[in-house]
Amino acid sequence: MSKLEIRNVSKTFETRYGKVEALKDVSLQIAPNEFAVIVGPSGCGKSTILNIVAGLEKTTSGTVLMDGKEITGPGADRGMVFQSYTLFPWYTVRKNVEFGLLIRGVPADERRRIAEHYIEMVGLKGFEEIYPSGLSGGMKQRVAIARALANNPEVLLMDEPFGALDAQTRVVMQELLLEIWEQAQTTILFITHDIDEAVFLADTVYVMSRRPGTIKARISVNLPRPRNHKIYETPEFISLKSQIVDLLWEESVQAATETQIQETNGGMFR
Amino acid sequence: MFRVHHLTILTTAILFGIWCLLTYGGIVSPLFLPSPSAVVLELVDLYREGLLIKYTWDSVYRVTVGFLLAAVTAVPLGLVLGRSRIVEAITQPFIEFVRYLPVVALVPLTILYLGIGDIQKVAVIFLGTFFQLVLMIADVSASVPRDFIRASATLGANTYQVYRYVIIPCSLPGIMDNLRITIGWAWTYLVVAELVAANSGLGFMILRSQRFLQTDRIFAGLLIIGLLGVLTDWLFRKLTKLVVPWSEKAGGKS
Repeated sequence: MSKLEIRNVSKTFETRYGKVEALKDVSLQIAPNEFAVIVGPSGCGKSTILNIVAGLEKTTSGTVLMDGKEITGPGADRGMVFQSYTLFPWYTVRKNVEFGLLIRGVPADERRRIAEHYIEMVGLKGFEEIYPSGLSGGMKQRVAIARALANNPEVLLMDEPFGALDAQTRVVMQELLLEIWEQAQTTILFITHDIDEAVFLADTVYVMSRRPGTIKARISVNLPRPRNHKIYETPEFISLKSQIVDLLWEESVQAATETQIQETNGGMFR
Repeated sequence: MFRVHHLTILTTAILFGIWCLLTYGGIVSPLFLPSPSAVVLELVDLYREGLLIKYTWDSVYRVTVGFLLAAVTAVPLGLVLGRSRIVEAITQPFIEFVRYLPVVALVPLTILYLGIGDIQKVAVIFLGTFFQLVLMIADVSASVPRDFIRASATLGANTYQVYRYVIIPCSLPGIMDNLRITIGWAWTYLVVAELVAANSGLGFMILRSQRFLQTDRIFAGLLIIGLLGVLTDWLFRKLTKLVVPWSEKAGGKS
């Protein structure tokens, strides 16, 4: 059985300019421990899919099932890493990582032990007592990953987590994420507009069309693991990449000629 | 940092110098502007008469009680108001309406209802600060980044936990800032209340001194109020550093 199933999900936003169809009949199935990546042009509604899976937004129609059970709202079983920096500035690195455990009422010494494990996993040992304001963008996202993982979620949702990082840091973070994913044995649904990133990370890449977002293609990435940045130069990588580039090309061309309507998200968590 | 500090000393010295020049130089009559030494002597007199401590204490007591009452009610209400459309819809029109009523216009009513004792002074201070504070705190809690709330929801936090662990700590620097601003207003409203009707307090002393042309005493009163203001501000800065050590505001610009 699939770990996560998105079944015929559609989403329409009501804006002051009228209705905007963001997603149209999106379906996909993610197996346990699979690394799935959704890639698509900007404004295609890929973040909306993630918000729906996280329970932060409701579907207009369709359902999302996790282990066969329907998702109705946000929950600790689905951890999320955001593109924006969402570390709590009033907590140190350690307290940030402990947050989910604190919420669940885990005793302090166990919280500390678990937090230390994940802080070490993301390579930030020694930074436990630093406040987020003292961290670089890459380090902040490492802590955000540790914070999500410390909660031991069934699925890790990642919304362009490296989008705001410089190119070098991004590659380092991608390699780190693969290591963590192999260690932590978890299922990941990752959103990006970066094709290199998608192919590098994924078991399966889902290519989305422009608005209204639909799944245009499902591409299995059978590149050997463990992977590192050298894989970028292999013919297999390049051929997969050009396949996705071709799929996205016509979408981008069409999207660029149309007026972009600002995506407005639902007001549940304003 | 030390250069900025020096500037503060410099401005103070210049102002004091001008004061000395105007008074000791005989440029302005003592009836309008008493000399620094006259004000100090007046403070000593006030102390001997037992009024310095009594009036200062009376005023500090009224400000503290009025301001604390406003703070403990306005902060929680403001925090919820900023986050809940329902609470906003219920309270906003009333708060907005009262906010634009000048407190001075309410003073006659407070005297009619509450007499001229401490309770009336406290009420004036409360009315003057509560409604402003509610809206200022509501702004603070409304500006908690949405992604902080979303992140905490995906980590399993329920509404109560979102308030306790996210909205309140995130709002604390803003709360401290706004409390510091409004306590200044509290002093203004206190003096207004004491000028209109009172039989003790610094405002009362200033008004009575004017009737007897005791300019020295007026200035002594102004000096005390000013110094108390500086002291309160300093205390609030210290407190902010203590409460929100992580905030840039607590780090200070010094």
